Amino acid sequence: MSTTAFDPLLIAVVAPLALAATIALGAPKKWVVRLAYAGFGIPALMALLVWWRFGGEPREAHGFAFLSSYSTGLERFGIGLKLGLNGISLAMFVLAGLVGLAAGLYAIQSGAERLKTYLLLLLVMQAGLMGMFASVDIFFFYFFHELALIPTFIMVGIWGGRDRSYAAMTMTIYLTAGAMLSLLGLIAIYVKSGASSFDLLVLRDALASRPLGETLQRHVFGLLLFGFGILVSLWPFHSWAPLGYGAAPSSAAMLHAGVLKKFGLYGLIQIALPLLPFGAVHWSHPLALVAGVGNVLVIGLVTMAQRDLKQMVGYSSVMHMGYAFLGIAAGTAMGVGGVVLLMFGHGLSVALLFLLSTSVHRRTQTFDMGQMGGLAQGAPVLAALFLLATFASVGLPGFANFWGELSIFVSLWGFSHALTVVALTGTVVSAVYGLRAAARVFYGPQSDALARVVAGNAPRDMAWAEKAPALLLAAALLFVGLWPRSLSTGINQALQEAPAAVAEYR
Amino acid sequence: MDPSNLQELAAGNTWTAIWPELSLGCLALLLLVLETLLPRFIHGKIQTFSIAGQVFILAALLLDLHTPYHESFNGLLVQSSAGQAMRVFFLLSSIMVSLLARASLWKHRVSKVEFHHIVLVVSAAMMLLVQSRNFVMLFVSLETVTVGLYILVSYYRSSARTLEAGLKYLVMGSLSSGLLLFGIVLLYGVAGSASLPGRSSDAMQYDELARFLAANPHNFLAAAGIALVLSGVAFKIGAFPFQIWIPDVYQGAPTPVTALLAVASKAAGFVVLLGLVGEAFAPYAWLVVPILTFMAAATILFGNLAALKQHNVKRLIGLSGVSHAGFILLAVVSVPRVPMAVGAVYFYLFAYLIASFAVFGVMTVLAGHDDSEQEIGDYSGLSRESPFLAGVLACGLGSLAGIPPFVGFMGKLFVFVAAFKAGHYGLLLVAIAGVVISIYYYFGWIRAAYFNDEPLASPEIARRARDGAGRLLAIALAALAASSIVFGLYQGPLGAWVSLR
Repeated sequence: MSTTAFDPLLIAVVAPLALAATIALGAPKKWVVRLAYAGFGIPALMALLVWWRFGGEPREAHGFAFLSSYSTGLERFGIGLKLGLNGISLAMFVLAGLVGLAAGLYAIQSGAERLKTYLLLLLVMQAGLMGMFASVDIFFFYFFHELALIPTFIMVGIWGGRDRSYAAMTMTIYLTAGAMLSLLGLIAIYVKSGASSFDLLVLRDALASRPLGETLQRHVFGLLLFGFGILVSLWPFHSWAPLGYGAAPSSAAMLHAGVLKKFGLYGLIQIALPLLPFGAVHWSHPLALVAGVGNVLVIGLVTMAQRDLKQMVGYSSVMHMGYAFLGIAAGTAMGVGGVVLLMFGHGLSVALLFLLSTSVHRRTQTFDMGQMGGLAQGAPVLAALFLLATFASVGLPGFANFWGELSIFVSLWGFSHALTVVALTGTVVSAVYGLRAAARVFYGPQSDALARVVAGNAPRDMAWAEKAPALLLAAALLFVGLWPRSLSTGINQALQEAPAAVAEYR
Repeated sequence: MDPSNLQELAAGNTWTAIWPELSLGCLALLLLVLETLLPRFIHGKIQTFSIAGQVFILAALLLDLHTPYHESFNGLLVQSSAGQAMRVFFLLSSIMVSLLARASLWKHRVSKVEFHHIVLVVSAAMMLLVQSRNFVMLFVSLETVTVGLYILVSYYRSSARTLEAGLKYLVMGSLSSGLLLFGIVLLYGVAGSASLPGRSSDAMQYDELARFLAANPHNFLAAAGIALVLSGVAFKIGAFPFQIWIPDVYQGAPTPVTALLAVASKAAGFVVLLGLVGEAFAPYAWLVVPILTFMAAATILFGNLAALKQHNVKRLIGLSGVSHAGFILLAVVSVPRVPMAVGAVYFYLFAYLIASFAVFGVMTVLAGHDDSEQEIGDYSGLSRESPFLAGVLACGLGSLAGIPPFVGFMGKLFVFVAAFKAGHYGLLLVAIAGVVISIYYYFGWIRAAYFNDEPLASPEIARRARDGAGRLLAIALAALAASSIVFGLYQGPLGAWVSLR
């Protein structure tokens, strides 16, 4: 284990925090925005750098590279800040860097009230996100998640839209419950493994030689599944998500729905599946049923009925999480790899949709799709980007989501034919609501509401400051969509062990 | 009596071992002397002098932290690194209480110097209390603490609510002292009875008592004595069903005294409990663990559920303190099976000290003349009037709620790990339910301070928020807020020390 002088992972975590602290301690006003640019730019640069270098980097234990560790005084408890990436966390790390940069850029040009505090909280959140996926120590994995979660609540509470206070409270209580349950599960692994360490690599070694008993695996996996499930809006614990995203300011919604929410899925893939393979098999059928019928079918239909654009995007993200759960339930290397690709694609596309919804709102002064129409004439670039994001989220070939959903469906076929049919029906549903929303907002006759706004000042197309973050996300979607191997090679390498262990129990 | 015998006994009195307590006592006396000697117009400076003196003692104590003492006064006191840590704890708390008193006493027509005098004496007695390994020593120092607190709780003599609080505390406190004493007597008596094996002539001593209890593992009288002693201690820590006095007393007492009760008095109770559970009553774990398990579950649930409906912040912090007592009890019941639980208790206490005083500090600054009337609504819009106070409040409440990166989260984590190792799964589920409930009311408070757009409830509170804390208190509050984050991220030597237990 080397502690190199230049550690891109540590820099990606510390830079936003340090810059946030500088802003908090009273940096001069004109510096705030420049510091924020640096705070979002540095993690993104570091993410691209490690992505570039990952292929040539020597692999250490369990396919991890860039390993380094730092002491916080708790070695005796087996807690230490240990950073590193394998193929799965690399994909998520890159996602966090890109979405973070886009959300930051969008926030800077948003002209929000109390912009300084807003940027400061976003920077803290960004540090948490980068740290979450870079942590090999599962204590810090949890810690960084919470570090990113708290600013979300505050941002919803202060800058949120309608019902923000209620939304912030609901979100806080749901997500705290989920986080506490998963913490209990993580503690269970820590204690019962006998390794007395939160280090994922140590835990993997310990549990590979002495797996936990089957009853224990069932219980602990259950804890993790419910805890993580609440955090990823597993039906029927999803109601916080549309409410919270509907109220959240756009950058917070982008970061939460795009990146932070993936914490639960990532935890299931990186921690629960490899450490508790029997538990995973035991829970796979109920999980697949709930995710397939609840998340995909029920929420899919609910999404179709939405009139509020932002709520619709919120519900659609709940629905797409259903596919991810289905892939985890299938448990094969292909299925789980598909989930990671879907997480990447969905993170980018949902962030892009939230960004564009806010841009739409800025031009129509409403989120009600019934009152919109004809926006494409005034804002063709906005319309094009929105269509592109919709295509991506529906899972059209050429976008990252496609590869994820395809591999999930293929591996799901081997798990259950019926659920595969349900899932495929879901894609039709999501195509219906996605395209219908695009049609309602951008095409058809110009609505009265829009006409009234236009009478004041014509809806201009997106300015560069607004366009840049959207283009960044769209480019990443296309890049991985056209060249999925840039991520899937690493993901496959990282998935050599876990699904094999799961298959043994099946 | 043979004089040489006395000399021998006197040789055991290692007075130097208790120099921090002695110097606190001397400082307390010096304050009274200064009050009589100095002219009236510089009496205000005596308060500052008291704080400076305590900071000086704290600095000296930190330098002396590693000097080894073992037993002193023929086994009445036993010193350990935990004892040294608790000395630091009580000094920190008395410094903070003095600062709070300095910021709030001037609003009332009461004598200031005596207040500081009593706080110092009480703190010194608490230091002795946590180091005592003998029931006589325990009871004497406990009474010194309690009698001092009787005076302090009813210090604002002109306020009816304060007097009510004082009376309630007096009645409840005497009752608990009575229970404790009765339990001690029962234990002493049964341990001295000639018909039982392992009879001890000095059963006031913890190790002697433990030896006797080990020889008689199922004696009814001993069990009754243990139950009574535990009840007496449960009053001090405010554990269910002995928490009934807490809301009224916390609300009525002057805010600095509420802080002293909530932090120092409770911590002292827990350290005493640790000594009893881990040492004196260790052979009776079959009795102690079920009692404390029930208490922990009931305390967590009661504290959190009762706090849900509170609008008065002093009552709220009191009831949230009850739930924290429940969380610490969770670690205490794990002590017989898991040695690291002791470290978890100490860490939790330090985290609780940091967080509580941050909150109490903000409360003190915003409190008006009648400081029992402080509503959550009074905090609405605080972040606009004073970002500093709102930030300190958020750090304190976040830490109390147990949210990373604040130190309170680490405290909860250690407690949960200890309880998990000891196999208290049911209790852990209760604790998690408690944490989720507690988020609701802590969040409500933070929401008032940050999310409400309307201005502060009254212009008077707004003015106090803008005036802010005095310079000394502001520095202390900033230090508390900073340390709540720093110790949450990096535990360093404190973490190493805790994990050594």
